[in-house]
Amino acid sequence: MKNLLTKSLVAAVGLSVAIGCSQKQEVVKAQTLINGAGSSFDNPAFMMWKDAYSKHDKDVQINYQSVGSGAGIKQLTSQTVDFGASDAPMTDEAMKAAPGKILHIPVVAGAVAVTYNIPGSPKLKLDESTLAGIYLGEITKWNDAKIASLNEGVKLPDTSIIVVHRSDGSGTSFIFTDYLSTVNKEWAAKVGKNTSVNWPAGVGGKGNEGVAGQVKQLPGAIGYVELAYAKQNKLPVADLKNAAGKFIAPSPESVSEAMATATIPDDFRFSMVNAPGEGSYPIAGASWVLLYEKQSDAKKGKILVNFLKWCVTEGQKMSPQLDYAPLPDSVQQRAVKLLDTVK
Amino acid sequence: MDTDVATTPVKPAPVRAGAQSDSQLGDRVFHLLCLAGALTVGVLLLLVLWQLLKGSHLSLQKFGLKFFTSSHWNPVTDEFGALPFIFGTVISSLIALLIAVPLGVGTAIYLTDLAPVKLRQPMTSLIEMLAAVPSVVWGLWGLFVLMPLLRENVYPILQKWLGFLPLFQGPIYGIGLLTSGVILAIMILPIVTSVSREVLRSVPNLQREAAYALGATRWEVTRIAVLSYARRGLFGAAVLGLGRAIGETMAVTMVIGNTPFIGLSLFHPASTLASGIANEFTEATSDLYLSSLFELGLVLLGVTILVNILAQVMVRAFTTAETRRVA
Repeated sequence: MKNLLTKSLVAAVGLSVAIGCSQKQEVVKAQTLINGAGSSFDNPAFMMWKDAYSKHDKDVQINYQSVGSGAGIKQLTSQTVDFGASDAPMTDEAMKAAPGKILHIPVVAGAVAVTYNIPGSPKLKLDESTLAGIYLGEITKWNDAKIASLNEGVKLPDTSIIVVHRSDGSGTSFIFTDYLSTVNKEWAAKVGKNTSVNWPAGVGGKGNEGVAGQVKQLPGAIGYVELAYAKQNKLPVADLKNAAGKFIAPSPESVSEAMATATIPDDFRFSMVNAPGEGSYPIAGASWVLLYEKQSDAKKGKILVNFLKWCVTEGQKMSPQLDYAPLPDSVQQRAVKLLDTVK
Repeated sequence: MDTDVATTPVKPAPVRAGAQSDSQLGDRVFHLLCLAGALTVGVLLLLVLWQLLKGSHLSLQKFGLKFFTSSHWNPVTDEFGALPFIFGTVISSLIALLIAVPLGVGTAIYLTDLAPVKLRQPMTSLIEMLAAVPSVVWGLWGLFVLMPLLRENVYPILQKWLGFLPLFQGPIYGIGLLTSGVILAIMILPIVTSVSREVLRSVPNLQREAAYALGATRWEVTRIAVLSYARRGLFGAAVLGLGRAIGETMAVTMVIGNTPFIGLSLFHPASTLASGIANEFTEATSDLYLSSLFELGLVLLGVTILVNILAQVMVRAFTTAETRRVA
């Protein structure tokens, strides 16, 4: 309690100082305001970065609206923001609709954890065909032979599996369905991948908290949430079998490993699910900042590029605090190189 | 309303010329202000309609009438049909009405005719406080408290005794049509109760006294003298409640399960128009997808208007039959 009080006191003092400073600066020199909009998954990262960056470069103020990836892409296309952010790379169609060439810069990476509600919350191991079978509604009991053979020694109940998925469109669903489409032909043919799909089974919860809440409330439920959310709420998560045949727990390290071993094309529109690395967690994905290659305002463009360069290098050191996986060095260098091409 | 005398303005006798023109100017300003207020409502509705039509133009063009009959909702293949959402909206609202109207009217009767005078005001305030609870709180409470309770204690019994009806067959998830109907019922209870209470209070005491004088019991007084007199108003209370239930979003989203579904089982997860829009709007990536969500909004507006018209027609049919019988 005392701690909290001190903290808020410090925050209040800091705030008033900050307000004082900004007012003073406005008199001396106008700040450059950079506007961005998009993915809510990126929002905590931008919140953290904009504070840190404002200390680094006092003349820049970053404003990020967490409106969702779809809305971010729309705002970028209609040129009402300086950069967009999306959990899924833009489609060729959407790129064509934009008035200029758009670059994808990966800024954060995360994992999707599989959580469940079975008595005693034992540690579970799952592989691609069981997970796809469960979400297709083909595996309906927890003590199914397929699950049992992966989890020898674990007492599995004879209860029905209740599948829980996101009901709102989300990047988390995109990564999850991207994974299932990649590893399972039936899923790819029947359902496909998108921020929201026609789910063959189960119930939907809104947001990470909605899915986690329903998993908690429905005995026998299985669901998927962002790794950060699962960790902060101490949910039981399953180890998943990766492309190398190893069972891996989701963590920032196993996601960074996935990113380091995934094949990444030059335009950075890549998928990192089921990456080949020994220690890589298979359901992982990146989130991208989107910006025009040719900036309409050269001076502002330069400031934006500097900020983004800082995000993909210095900013990455802060990522693990928020349970994001930092970009591996190789990716950081390539991202900086791509940012150098912005005019 | 039906007397001409009341509506014909009676010209005041001129006192002084100056004072009269002053008061006329004041009257005119007052009239214009009120007119502007009344027009705003209409203009707002038209603007909403226009915006919805503009937004849904792509989907209207692509799907046409098929949008209302198709039950496929697949963002991956860009195929959209509104039928499951219409189904979910109508059924969950009807369940809410079935529960809330008897409960609300019963409470209103108790409050106006039966309760000790001392209790009336505090109880009314309590019920009106229910209306102040934010809908997301109802949703959370529904998910964490009510749903497990219903799933463990109520639904199995329903299935055991009424399981021969297709309505109560199938697996019990806990979340689904019935649970969202129950939550909606609780949410519309305050408005149904307070409107019913006002309606019952407007029943002339003479009615009651006449019935008592004829030797009627309390139940007979309520049935003959109060309820039949207030029928039209009570119907209005139900329609107001229905209107609220149809548009409710957050609480329903949390307990309905959000799966586009059409079927008989009330235990099954489903989805409503409002919850569908709330869920999918932010991340609708393709233009057609977004446009279809706009069209869901248009459908929601249509369903609301349709329900209101239907209610008006029913009220009219009701009351004319009534007067004929009395005559």
